[in-house]
Amino acid sequence: MMESLEALVSRMASVLPAIDVSLVPNEAPGGPSSLRVAPQDGRRAAEFFKSDPGLRLDYLSNLTGVDWPDRVTKQKVKSKRLVDGVEKEVEETLETRTPGFLEVVYHLYSIELKHGPLIFRMRTADRMAGVHLPSMTPVWRGAEFQEREVFDLYGVRFDSHPDLRRLLMWETFEDHPMRKDYVEPNDYEYEPTAHDEVLAKIKERDSSGVSGTA
Amino acid sequence: MSSSNLQLEAPLDPAFKVERRTATGRGDLLEVSMGPQHPSTHGVFRMDVVLDGERVTKLKPVFGYLHRNHEKIAENTTYLGSMPYTDRLDYFCSLTNNWAYALTVEKLAGLQPPERAEYIRVITAEFTRLQNHVCLIGFLLQDMGASGTPLMYAFREREAILDLFESLTGARMMCNYMRFGGCRVDLPSGWLDQASKVVDRFPRFLDEFDRLISGNEILAARTQGVGVLPRELAVSASVTGPVLRASGVNYDIRKVDKYGIYDRFSFRVPLGDHGDVYDRYMVRVLEMHESLAILKSALRDIPPGPIMDPKAKLRSFKPKAGEAYGRIESAKGELGFYVISDGSANPYRYRVRPPSLINLTVLEDMCVGHTVADAVIILGSIDIVLGEVDR
Repeated sequence: MMESLEALVSRMASVLPAIDVSLVPNEAPGGPSSLRVAPQDGRRAAEFFKSDPGLRLDYLSNLTGVDWPDRVTKQKVKSKRLVDGVEKEVEETLETRTPGFLEVVYHLYSIELKHGPLIFRMRTADRMAGVHLPSMTPVWRGAEFQEREVFDLYGVRFDSHPDLRRLLMWETFEDHPMRKDYVEPNDYEYEPTAHDEVLAKIKERDSSGVSGTA
Repeated sequence: MSSSNLQLEAPLDPAFKVERRTATGRGDLLEVSMGPQHPSTHGVFRMDVVLDGERVTKLKPVFGYLHRNHEKIAENTTYLGSMPYTDRLDYFCSLTNNWAYALTVEKLAGLQPPERAEYIRVITAEFTRLQNHVCLIGFLLQDMGASGTPLMYAFREREAILDLFESLTGARMMCNYMRFGGCRVDLPSGWLDQASKVVDRFPRFLDEFDRLISGNEILAARTQGVGVLPRELAVSASVTGPVLRASGVNYDIRKVDKYGIYDRFSFRVPLGDHGDVYDRYMVRVLEMHESLAILKSALRDIPPGPIMDPKAKLRSFKPKAGEAYGRIESAKGELGFYVISDGSANPYRYRVRPPSLINLTVLEDMCVGHTVADAVIILGSIDIVLGEVDR
């Protein structure tokens, strides 16, 4: 059995100096909680997970992205204020904007020790220019196609990935379709088919007044 | 017609050496795009290969011809709404796809299927494994040039299993049978007897196939030592399923996670020694024998009772916020689903971990140095289904 995540966090803090790792709780009844690792510590943490004799997480089972767009929370605040010399209660709507980010989630298991999963996640700085995360392909080769897929569908750029190209969409495609704010382009061209030509011929024949097909 | 007009600079040697041509060319590399409409790529899959003569020096798989963004569609529908869509992932194994998805959502919502439903799941999953492996072996032999007969033998056996699926779920391939917390309908009367008959008859086919094929000289020559996948690379590249076990790694999720009620059955895990195409073939043959053993005891022990968790809700199903990752040993490898709920009726994030796609990570490593004809059977031995690779 693997140690508890709390114990693991404190052990990581003692073994790896100045590592930024924290626990992310999960409220689902069956699902385990996960660790959040800062991107700059990602590779160090990954090497630790793979090589630590108590963990030996040699198998990266699943790697995937999650999009968390900017959140706007509206809050109604009542305050007393002087309006035209009379104190009145004024209702104001306060908007707080939480900046969004992209998150990449890793599910690790150990084939050697047959335990797991250990789930860790990394967040990008924002959803625009700062979408860089360290690539895990040098640590687990199994990340290669999955990182390409996350790059393709979410637009996360994995630094030092050996071959970061789109995986599923075509090369000239520009957007990232799994993002929550993706708008489907309305540029599907209507292509005439052979059937349309047949219909046009029939229409022409019918309008010319000639009956029969012979 | 006279040769007197022909000016020869030097007289020809009366004798000359025969130039020996080998499968390796003379350094002129040729880029070939194999697929997506190639019959041996098992679907709309493309491999950009660079050839030196007949030898593969570089191979890049190209995906996406069947991509329909299954995950996005699932995020825009209800939890149950994507259950029929999971049938279309690995369309040979719709029942195991159903199970993996149901298992994940059950983890998320805290549901527990009743005993009878668990037995039905094991029975249908093992039948699915049988018909998947039997087809794969047929296709593999077809790729090797054993045209027609082995494939028809395999499909004859698969037919009997598909008949069982049809009488249980109403569909032969797109079964859409599992529900969160159980199964959709109970077994029809006489189904267990019919299933037992199929299970009893199956070893005869396996033995016959084994006598005809497994010791065959051509099969051995074509598969032994071809497409070797070393153990360390297999683990590092997240390869799962029979391909991983053929490389000698003892990792079967039925044994490791013991999901469902797999801890009640005694079965062995066949392991390969060399990690070549032959081992991948044999691991699947032996896995079929183990599946039959599981089926025999499951069909004997299945108890009567309800098939749905009474807490399960079909309508307005909204699991609480949280996330879950569920995985099963499908016929291709580890099939995982990762679902994040935000408390609404639609999943916030829905991810399929496709074993076929991730097993293809090592395709280039296995093919380089072999001939094109070998690349075809190496691809066949990985066992991909493009519905799952491209999603």
